[in-house]
Amino acid sequence: MRQIWNTPGGVHPPDNKEQSLTKNIGHLPLPEKLILPLTQHAGTAAKTCVVVGEKVLKGQKLASASAGISAAVHAPSSGWITAIEERSVAHPSGMSAACIEITCDGEDRWIERVSYPNYQQASAMQLRDLIADAGIAGLGGAGFPSAIKLDSGTKKPIDTLIINATECEPYITADDILICERADQIIQGIDIVSHLLGKPKTILIGIENNKPEAIAALNQHCQGTGIEVVYFPTKYPSGGEKQLIYILTGKEVPSGQLPADLGMVCLNSGTAFAIKRAVIDGEPLISRITTLAGEACGVNRNYEILIGTPVSHLLQHNNFDQALCSRLIMGGPMMGFSLASSEVPLIKTSTCILAPSHTEIPDDEPPQPCIRCGLCSEACPASLLPQQLYWYSRAKDHERLQSHNLFDCIECGACSYVCPSNIPLVQYYRSSKGDITNALATKATAAISRERFEFRQVRLEKADIARESKREARRLNTEQAKKMSPSTTQSTGSSAADIIKAAQLRGITKQASPEQQKAKLQRTLLAAQMRLEEAQQRLVQVTNKGSAHQQAQQLASVEAARRKVEQTTQRLTEVSH
Amino acid sequence: MVFKQVSSPHGHARQKTGEIMQLVVLATLPGFLVLTYQFGWGLLINLLIATLSAISAEALVLKLRNRPIDFYLRDYSAVVTAVLLALALPPLAPWWLVVVATVFSIVIAKQLYGGLGSNPFNPAMVGYVVALISFPIEMTTWVTPISLLAADISHPGLLESLAIVFTDNSPVDGVTGATPLDLFKHNDGLLVEQIYQNNTLFSRASFAGVGWEWANVAFLIGGLALLKARVFTWHGPMAMLGTLALMSMLFWDGGSSNSPGSPIMHLFSGASMLGAFFIVTDPVSSTVSNRGRLIYGALIGLLVYVIRAWGSYPDAVAFAVLLGNFAAPFIDNYTVPRTYGHDKSRRATAKEKSE
Amino acid sequence: MMSLLTDNTMLAALLALVGLGTLFGGLLGYAAEKFKVGSDPIVQQLDELLPQTQCGQCGFPGCRPYAQSIADGDAINKCPPGGQSTINAIANLLDISAPSLDEEHGEEEIRTIAYIREDECIGCTKCIQACPVDAILGAAKLMHTVIADECTGCDLCVEPCPVDCIDMLPIVENIHQWQWSAPEHSADLIATTASGMHEDAA
Repeated sequence: MRQIWNTPGGVHPPDNKEQSLTKNIGHLPLPEKLILPLTQHAGTAAKTCVVVGEKVLKGQKLASASAGISAAVHAPSSGWITAIEERSVAHPSGMSAACIEITCDGEDRWIERVSYPNYQQASAMQLRDLIADAGIAGLGGAGFPSAIKLDSGTKKPIDTLIINATECEPYITADDILICERADQIIQGIDIVSHLLGKPKTILIGIENNKPEAIAALNQHCQGTGIEVVYFPTKYPSGGEKQLIYILTGKEVPSGQLPADLGMVCLNSGTAFAIKRAVIDGEPLISRITTLAGEACGVNRNYEILIGTPVSHLLQHNNFDQALCSRLIMGGPMMGFSLASSEVPLIKTSTCILAPSHTEIPDDEPPQPCIRCGLCSEACPASLLPQQLYWYSRAKDHERLQSHNLFDCIECGACSYVCPSNIPLVQYYRSSKGDITNALATKATAAISRERFEFRQVRLEKADIARESKREARRLNTEQAKKMSPSTTQSTGSSAADIIKAAQLRGITKQASPEQQKAKLQRTLLAAQMRLEEAQQRLVQVTNKGSAHQQAQQLASVEAARRKVEQTTQRLTEVSH
Repeated sequence: MVFKQVSSPHGHARQKTGEIMQLVVLATLPGFLVLTYQFGWGLLINLLIATLSAISAEALVLKLRNRPIDFYLRDYSAVVTAVLLALALPPLAPWWLVVVATVFSIVIAKQLYGGLGSNPFNPAMVGYVVALISFPIEMTTWVTPISLLAADISHPGLLESLAIVFTDNSPVDGVTGATPLDLFKHNDGLLVEQIYQNNTLFSRASFAGVGWEWANVAFLIGGLALLKARVFTWHGPMAMLGTLALMSMLFWDGGSSNSPGSPIMHLFSGASMLGAFFIVTDPVSSTVSNRGRLIYGALIGLLVYVIRAWGSYPDAVAFAVLLGNFAAPFIDNYTVPRTYGHDKSRRATAKEKSE
Repeated sequence: MMSLLTDNTMLAALLALVGLGTLFGGLLGYAAEKFKVGSDPIVQQLDELLPQTQCGQCGFPGCRPYAQSIADGDAINKCPPGGQSTINAIANLLDISAPSLDEEHGEEEIRTIAYIREDECIGCTKCIQACPVDAILGAAKLMHTVIADECTGCDLCVEPCPVDCIDMLPIVENIHQWQWSAPEHSADLIATTASGMHEDAA
């Protein structure tokens, strides 16, 4: 057995997994309409490539990945596009975002599928394109586009592939049951990824020891493949990517970096399954396993749902009773977010729909004062001091929050869970993170405004000087003309000299003096350097926070700022010579 | 269908702040029983007066501060303060002494700072120190343990005790006497061995000092129970007791007439165990990280010994804890734990570097 | 020498004090030079804190001149776009107590951005000349438009427009800009409702 490392902190909330494991994976009748948000992944929205009224087939691409971090969206069933508009989506804000609506024709007719059953012969590039084309984004909940994750292999050799089958959140059993029923396909998926990454030395499947059947299934199918199944004691949040990497390898992902920087790639087991489907069967990501749990539902079970299925459709078919339900959660009870409406569609990252009763998850009691009991810091998997962060967050002390590494908080909720005073700690951290990010963004825009303002001042000044010297030149000219007019005997030679002189004068006034140019360039350089610095700072922030889309954006702006600095420096050296 | 929107996590562990406080109160029970057995009814009367005045003072201030009274009283923090004070104040102390100490604790040391969680100093210890400085005679008159009373006298009964407490009658001669730490403080040139032989407090003791030794053992048991229940971590108490033992070992001086006493005597005398497990562990006024608690506990242990051995007070837990409270934010600044993914721990005041 | 000192205690004391004074003065002076904390000139630091809307509501033509004026002793509460948070930050920098915003210069409002109703624009270029950050694009007799990303919401373009076709519209929050709001501290005030947080579930 491989050595495992113990993460600090962690909590042991009641498992509640057995309820949904009594039945096998179920299927729902086809819903009348499917709603497909263009952003179901971390990153920028996909670009629509269909129009309203168009007939689409199952598996047809509806929206393609836009530049940067993005993922394509496909039709989960055949039908007509009946709307492309803003709809309420699965998001903690409860706000709307662009969606494509399909009215299903009930035929469920497939488009022609492209696959690579002999993936061993395919190149890494081909496979990666296929995975990108299939719109696969991390199915564990974070939704990072898989093709981009797997691309990190080209920058640094990947020697460790980690498959995350931990599923540490209570209630959720989607990965568990998928492994129990389709372990062989998951292993195939892992083999495809391994081939794509150039056969990493170590391939590990990390799983908690509360899933004995899944462990057995994996062990059975892993024999002779070189894939190692590592199980470890159940503790929340062992399934966090950073935590799992530490448990399995004893290495920590440095703050602000990615697992790829350690030569590792970490994929969810459901993602491995989706990759197998895409490569061998040619099916894009149009369905996933989602757990339906909670006492407000008559039936607790896992379903293979079509992406875009409204949550209400799932609830209706399972004797849902709204009067019993205290809140509706997408995801697990620890990190999932509450839904404002059941009309939102299930998306690629929807691991679970939890409809707990009032006794199961009662309303929050009002928070009591923090007594710094320290239960939160005992529970924190990142070794932060949640009680201090809480005080600083309330005081809006951004400097202290950053020096206490607020951005290393993974928002796992362990601190709020154990807090005897019922303080919604995670919400404090989220709002403070938002505040700090906003403050940095405001500072960055202010710097740009300053630069534009200063540039304008210089421009106006220059224009003033130019006007002034033109006037001066005109005055001189007329004076000279006056002087000349009485003595017509003067040779034309002198007048020619005057013209040259005037032209020279004009030339000088047209061109700003080198000093002025230099000063302006120096100002521009200073501003550009400031912008670069700020962009870099913000990049670190964004990297810590983990939104891949923002990361890419920020990377681009750092690059732009750097280019500007280089250009200006070059110009400056030219001018000073 | 419309649903309620709340931030994750959904659901909480069962333990509530009020329950933790109740647990702390419960854990003082063994110590309370032993003390009552050894020193008579006075302690129970202290407890009643302290609890009543603490709750009424808290309710009054909450009302003045316009806060919901029953919501805050349910956190039991006032009761904890009252219980700790009652255990620390001498039995048969006049009622007004207990009231003054308690009201000072609750009103000045706690509520005026913003209530539970915002007080920089341990309220019970502030109240104790105020009483000790203001009324030194009353505060240093301790009852003689039951097993040392002369054959013809006994501890006053309940009614008599009430009379003593409420009417300022003095207890009968012989009912009050010195404590083990007093003996060492007022030692005139005797060897430790001689002190032990001359005084029944030690000659009849099992290992440390009649009455006090078992009270300390009882607090130790209560404290270990709390440790087991994960109400606090081991760092603070262990650091304090360890330092106290270490210091008394270093300065044991072979039991000469200058020796401030043996490690066993120090560990099991005065408020050592009560302090270690019930005062040092007060989360509000102590340091926040485990590393910080080690330093904080050690500092208090050191101060306790220094004041006991060379200061002018026989016991020093209250002073030491208050000095520790002063140092806590400073210690916190240097003991922020290393976060996942960082090479080193940072200082609490470190500025964000533009990397 | 020694005997002189021991005989004249007054002299010895004087010498000792002067000596010590010189020694420590020298040390402090050395330390002040050696460990000097390099920092930007105060005007630049102040300018950093101002919101750079360049709106002129403070009475100065832009943020930098106002920063200069604060450095010369002007009041710090003349910046409505920055609002109380900017005042607090400046007060913190200058180590003075923070006054509240001077209403004479305007009130703190939500951030807005200029929009030109394009079919009404006559192409007079007046707004282009007014914009302090060159955020309006256009040419004479051609339609103008605001570069929304560069607009600071200073209001300066509204006044010169002869046909009143510029609107200042609040920035609409979209799903990407949304962020969690801080919980309300219900228990610290007086409320003891069942829920300590969002009650907007209705």
